[in-house]
Amino acid sequence: MRLFTHNMLSSNIKGVANGFPLRIEVDQVVEKQVDFNPDFLKNMFPKLEWKALVDAARTMGYTELPEEADSSMLESEEFLRKLHHALLELHLEEGALVCPETGRKFPVNKGIPNMLLHEDEV
Amino acid sequence: MSNRPELLAPPEIFYDDSEARKYTSSSRIIDIQARLSERALELLALPVDGIPRLLLDIGCGSGLSGETLTENGHQWIGLDISQSMLDIALEREVEGDLLLGDMGQDASFEPLRPYGWDKGLALRPGIIDGAISISAVQWLCNADKSSHEPRLRLKAFFGSLYRCLARGARAVFQVYPENIAQRELILRSAMHAGFAGGVVMDYPHSTKSRKEYLVLTCGPPSISTAVPRGKGEDGESCSEDESSEENQMVTISDRNRPQKKQKISRKGKGRDWIFKKKEQLRRKGNTVPPDTRYTGRKRKARF
Repeated sequence: MRLFTHNMLSSNIKGVANGFPLRIEVDQVVEKQVDFNPDFLKNMFPKLEWKALVDAARTMGYTELPEEADSSMLESEEFLRKLHHALLELHLEEGALVCPETGRKFPVNKGIPNMLLHEDEV
Repeated sequence: MSNRPELLAPPEIFYDDSEARKYTSSSRIIDIQARLSERALELLALPVDGIPRLLLDIGCGSGLSGETLTENGHQWIGLDISQSMLDIALEREVEGDLLLGDMGQDASFEPLRPYGWDKGLALRPGIIDGAISISAVQWLCNADKSSHEPRLRLKAFFGSLYRCLARGARAVFQVYPENIAQRELILRSAMHAGFAGGVVMDYPHSTKSRKEYLVLTCGPPSISTAVPRGKGEDGESCSEDESSEENQMVTISDRNRPQKKQKISRKGKGRDWIFKKKEQLRRKGNTVPPDTRYTGRKRKARF
């Protein structure tokens, strides 16, 4: 699972009011090379929750992202490279996503988060 | 369709390891899936500006449809309920991100809901630029567990999908409804959720290659939400004007599709019609009762 997916996932258990962002528990992170595409990043940037992304990247061991970001920074190639790396190249391979409110764990195996709920949770 | 997998077992059980492997090693299926997803992408009508979009592939399975998306340069997130199919997708090293989830579960896309949507924060637009789904939505019409109720599951599916799509974004589902009732049920749930759109049918004349696509647009009806036309009338049909008429009749089924016109008027078919038919049968050499003054006459009420 990449971080742009994480940036959109929230806990879907019934009754949870604030299930975003999911906390990441890391067992294994892998990096995979992806082609750099500035257009996609510019398109994605307004949709991102920046703070959640920075926190998630830190948990995954990538600390290069600045604390604050605005759209003017999209002009700099260096910033875009960092964003590209954090969004698309970092994969959470093994670990878990934890609901911030209930502490329910969604296991991540082989890069696939299991978001299936039990019947009593829907 | 004689053997529908939907009737055999729930998807997470039907698509076990062996079935998933079979599905993905058959070059015929791969070919069909690729063509279906290409057509779906075409119907999605994304703006042609070369910018990669973020798409959702619902029921992505082993990522056959996602591959088409990758080839067209888009980023995608795939959702499927079968672990075995997703394992195959991993083996095939698909580019998209995969999620294990149930599309009919209440709040299945809630995870993808734009954060802060209903909390009175700034209204962030939906994040997904489009959604496709190849041969998956009809699974929702089955109740595989006692807690399943197809109507509610469809409602949950379309409702949560509507929330995570950007305004004006399209969703294209290729479906195999089992019968008319199922198609209506699916379409009605989509309309209730707020989608505009309808059904596009490709190759309506051919039972084998006929394909149905549900083309839905997020937002109120407008010119941009008009349903595109179906494909392949010229190949199978005899004359051109007939095909366009057929196209009008068959491919676009709206919410208020007119009831089939009754061919037989209430008055009955009349004496002339009976004489004509009897004449026809006589010419064929059948034994036909003679024409008398009683032919085609109504019985008296006391009879």
